[in-house]
Amino acid sequence: MDTFFQQLPIVLHALNVGFLQTLKLFGVTLAGALPLGLAISFGTRSNIKIIKSIFKVIVWIFRGTPLMIQLLIIYYFPGLVMHNAIWGGGEKGRFIAACVAFILNYACYFSEIYRGGIQSIPIGQEEAGLVLGMTKRQIFARVKLLQMIKRIVPPMSNEILTLVKDTSLARIIALQEIIWAGQAFMKGSQGISGAIWPLFFTGIYYLICNGVLTVVLGKIEKKLEFFR
Amino acid sequence: MAILDVEHICKSFGRTEVLKDISFSLEESQVLSIIGSSGSGKTTLLRCLNFLETPDKGTMKIRDKVIFDADAKTNLSEAQIRENRLHFGLVFQSFNLFPQYTALGNVMLARELEAKGRPDYKAKKKEILAEIEAQAKELLTQIGLAERMNNYPHQLSGGQCQRVAIARALAMRPDILCFDEPTSALDPELTGEVLKVIRELAEQKTTMIIVTHEMAFARDVADTAIFMDDGYILEQGNAKELFENPTQERTKQFLRNYQS
Repeated sequence: MDTFFQQLPIVLHALNVGFLQTLKLFGVTLAGALPLGLAISFGTRSNIKIIKSIFKVIVWIFRGTPLMIQLLIIYYFPGLVMHNAIWGGGEKGRFIAACVAFILNYACYFSEIYRGGIQSIPIGQEEAGLVLGMTKRQIFARVKLLQMIKRIVPPMSNEILTLVKDTSLARIIALQEIIWAGQAFMKGSQGISGAIWPLFFTGIYYLICNGVLTVVLGKIEKKLEFFR
Repeated sequence: MAILDVEHICKSFGRTEVLKDISFSLEESQVLSIIGSSGSGKTTLLRCLNFLETPDKGTMKIRDKVIFDADAKTNLSEAQIRENRLHFGLVFQSFNLFPQYTALGNVMLARELEAKGRPDYKAKKKEILAEIEAQAKELLTQIGLAERMNNYPHQLSGGQCQRVAIARALAMRPDILCFDEPTSALDPELTGEVLKVIRELAEQKTTMIIVTHEMAFARDVADTAIFMDDGYILEQGNAKELFENPTQERTKQFLRNYQS
């Protein structure tokens, strides 16, 4: 027991550092994928056939293959095949590559949620705006957008909770996120080895994080209940 | 001079001809009612007037100024279409209120957005918005919903929603206000309050085109009437005449079905 209490601060410190990286990856992915997903959803709804097809294929590829493969290819392909390691080496390079892979992957998922949200708004809303002399841009920004947001919050919440857990996949390119940090104590790190309990602790970090997010997202859903 | 001249409008959806050579005119301050069975083209005609559909042939003129000509080579810009369609207002069967805005917000939104394009908007923002709000409140008072102006559409009854939709259309000060079966989505109980508002607008000499299945109302409120069947105008003229002494056998048959 004494050793546990001696090891605890060391482990918690390492996990905190790892979790910070997890949160950074989560935050950057969300900040990038939310707007990019909207842009992709416009692409898949384009009236120009070739643009629509291109975006549909992109979405199909990113949703149809494992995120883990995407991570590996995006990280290693430039260096191994093009002999140009564009991401740079070290933790910073891994982080950038991970962000690119996560943003692209999640933007494709988000785009489908956006598309569903936009398409579920009755055509009468747009027509009412048009006959009142509003431009299409105004109709989107002032009439459809909030209705769309209201509709996509529940499916989006689902994806966001999944994203928190999916960040652990970045472990495959040795990004030093929280799982990587916990696992280090199994192999041996800072004088601690063969310890599996730090891994259990990582689970608690995820639980707390997703608990907070569930509350926040629930509040947003509640806020939008003022209209139907 | 007629306020509206519609000449030889034709419209097809794929192979289905929905409007066949539609011509009519409307005088200022008059009410025109359009009757006919479902699928006869009444709604499509209103949608053409409001530029929600583009006719394949024909012209439309407001006070002798051409606002639509199917043969014109130049495509109208989006801004020009917007300007032309503002000659008309449209009240939909299904209201189509904006759910995230209050009754007042619904009436004000389009005018607020329009005001943003004015060159003096930045300098006189407060006065302009105050004027828009005052006008919206006046309209809501006129339709008897002053007390409900801060309610959201889902907190209003169908009849109240439709009255807000009428106020919203009036806020843009259209030359001609069009109604597309304004009471068809309402319980019989709520129909009366909407018809009353339209009747009051007629008394105030609002120029209106009303597509409706309320025959008694169409006869009473309208100056002229059009009977449409299978995309044609079969009969048009004085409303009382058309309802009481229709000349066409098809019109007689249609009106008989409504009386029984």
